[in-house]
Amino acid sequence: MARAVTNQRKIINTVIAWAIGLLIFFPILWTFLTSFKTEATAIADPPVFLFFDWTLENYTEVQERSDYFKHFINSVIIAVGSTILGVLIAIPAAWSMAFVPSKRTKDILLWMLSTKMLPAVGVLYPIYLIFIELGILDSKIGLTVILMLINLPIIVWMLYTYFKEIPHEILEASRMDGATLKAEILYVLTPMAVPGIASTILLNIILAWNEAFWTLNLTAAKAAPLTAFIASYSSPEGLFYAKLSAASTMAIAPILIMGWFSQKQLVRGLTFGAVK
Amino acid sequence: MNFIKTVLGASAVSLLSTTVLAESLTIATVNNGDMIRMQKLTDDFTEKTGHTVEWVTLEENVLRQRVTTDITTKGGAFDIMTIGMYETPIWGKNGWLVSLDDLSDDYNVDDILPAMRGGLSYNGTLYAAPFYGESSMIMYREDLMKKAGLEMPSAPSWSFIAKAARAMTDRDEEVNGICLRGKAGWGEGGAFITAMSNSFGARWFDEDWNAQFDTREWSDTLNFFVNMMSDAGPPGYATNGFNENLSLFQQGKCGMWIDATVAASFVTNPDDSTVADKVGFALAPDNGMGVRSNWLWAWALAIPAGTQKEAAAKEFIEWATSNSYIDLVAGKEGWANVPPGARTSLYENPNYKDIPFAKMTLESILSADPNNSTVDPSPYVGVQFAAIPEFAGIATEVSQEFSAAYAGQQTVAEALAKAQALTNDEMEAAGYR
Repeated sequence: MARAVTNQRKIINTVIAWAIGLLIFFPILWTFLTSFKTEATAIADPPVFLFFDWTLENYTEVQERSDYFKHFINSVIIAVGSTILGVLIAIPAAWSMAFVPSKRTKDILLWMLSTKMLPAVGVLYPIYLIFIELGILDSKIGLTVILMLINLPIIVWMLYTYFKEIPHEILEASRMDGATLKAEILYVLTPMAVPGIASTILLNIILAWNEAFWTLNLTAAKAAPLTAFIASYSSPEGLFYAKLSAASTMAIAPILIMGWFSQKQLVRGLTFGAVK
Repeated sequence: MNFIKTVLGASAVSLLSTTVLAESLTIATVNNGDMIRMQKLTDDFTEKTGHTVEWVTLEENVLRQRVTTDITTKGGAFDIMTIGMYETPIWGKNGWLVSLDDLSDDYNVDDILPAMRGGLSYNGTLYAAPFYGESSMIMYREDLMKKAGLEMPSAPSWSFIAKAARAMTDRDEEVNGICLRGKAGWGEGGAFITAMSNSFGARWFDEDWNAQFDTREWSDTLNFFVNMMSDAGPPGYATNGFNENLSLFQQGKCGMWIDATVAASFVTNPDDSTVADKVGFALAPDNGMGVRSNWLWAWALAIPAGTQKEAAAKEFIEWATSNSYIDLVAGKEGWANVPPGARTSLYENPNYKDIPFAKMTLESILSADPNNSTVDPSPYVGVQFAAIPEFAGIATEVSQEFSAAYAGQQTVAEALAKAQALTNDEMEAAGYR
């Protein structure tokens, strides 16, 4: 009897999980389907779900009009570059906060996180002027640095959480064995924190890939990533939903595929330390 | 041997000079049909001048924020910017734009429609060249109008429109008598209701910059709009903008639609519209007060002051806004696809006269006067906006209050009272009062 209840519950949980999953995924599925419709079918009422004349016309037109690969390469450089730079800075910061905390560590952590509470537009003009002065407007270096700075509090927080889970005794043992600080971080701490670092990297690549305020406001033609590519298909005067959907699908496909293959690490990293 | 050396040397110098003169221009623009067409035809410009072009295409609101940030900080990210009639006089006054008064004789600047030229100038100096211009007009279903037993006058009144809207409405068939913008945003529902209010005798400010939302004229405007839309508008019209109404009209769910004249080419395109062969056109309505409810707008090309590529930028503007560009588009994509509303000669062209909406577009543009847009005198320039820097922010907030009234979240009187208070507060803070 007890087994039957468990099975029933399992089935219900599975159905609920699938329903929620589909609900969350539905906008992406709809975007994907719309990208294969004509503009007229895209706005049809009632909406057409699967049974329509599928066409690749939107993809052809998007590729003809825009240089997808230029935007793609820019996205890769900016997202990966800002994440690596951020992790390199965050590992020592998180190490010191986790293993050599001071009276102010918690305050510093909260202060770092509080910078995320400021609306980005509030500092647009100062940042824009700094970029002009430094000559890095519309440059990949400029965007890499700004995205690294924006995501740094999250990277530090995540790494700090993972490092806190590592027993101090292991690091102490390595010190007793004569390990230097560099050796301790590189050869003892980092290998043990690899899952956490990996999920931090993955999550931050996703955040940097999707960032659409600074990437639109600090770029023009040279450093524009895929967010700018999508924005160029949005129009308040004209129905270009099918083309917009094709551009969106092309822009999110790489990150979706990456997320799909690394979902185990992502889930593990995001739930790390959640249950003790 | 000397001869060969001389020839090679001359060729090298010639090549070098061509390379030096050829520039790469970065142009910020909006994503709409005419601009996209221009991008596709850029090779013609490159062939003629040697200059190359890099496009930055953005959604209208993003573009506005992007180019405003760049020009106010002298960022220099763009050599040419696509801006509208709202920004041009303000930026021209601030000295942020290069004057276009020295374009070549071949360009024929006098051919630009006077309303467009006036709206894109400050103190008589042209600061942006119109790529295309638009007004607003009525697009209506001839078959539904006939079925309702009515005939659309070429210049109808609001009372006729309200009567026709109610008569054409058939809720069972999902046909709404009239579709209008109710969406918040100064360029969306805000633009429509401001243009409509002009025909009701309302205005944003009196001559001392006092807000006028506490007047009977504004109350009449909003009550008329809400009552008509409640009876004959689509459900949820408070969130409908241009695209939502275009979609409804193309699917045969609107008897009438009053909106931008550029929409005419969309609703008469049989590839996208199910009612392409049933659409008639008329002037935007009036209320017998001498001012119609149509607006005036242009997307224009301007050069930010301080660009290092002014000469090449001017060459591009001459190319893109000239009569020869119109001929280029007509030759490749037909006369229905040429950018409208900028040049007088287009409307004298016999080929263009055959386009069903050409005449009404021109009449609509000619009937809008940005310098005399209200019945009572006002201190501002602009038909559906007041060309002052503070307007965009204030009008966005005001239109949010209006949209809340359309959605039934507050009464018209409450919306007007809030609009009055917030506008006066902002104008006082800005030093106008």
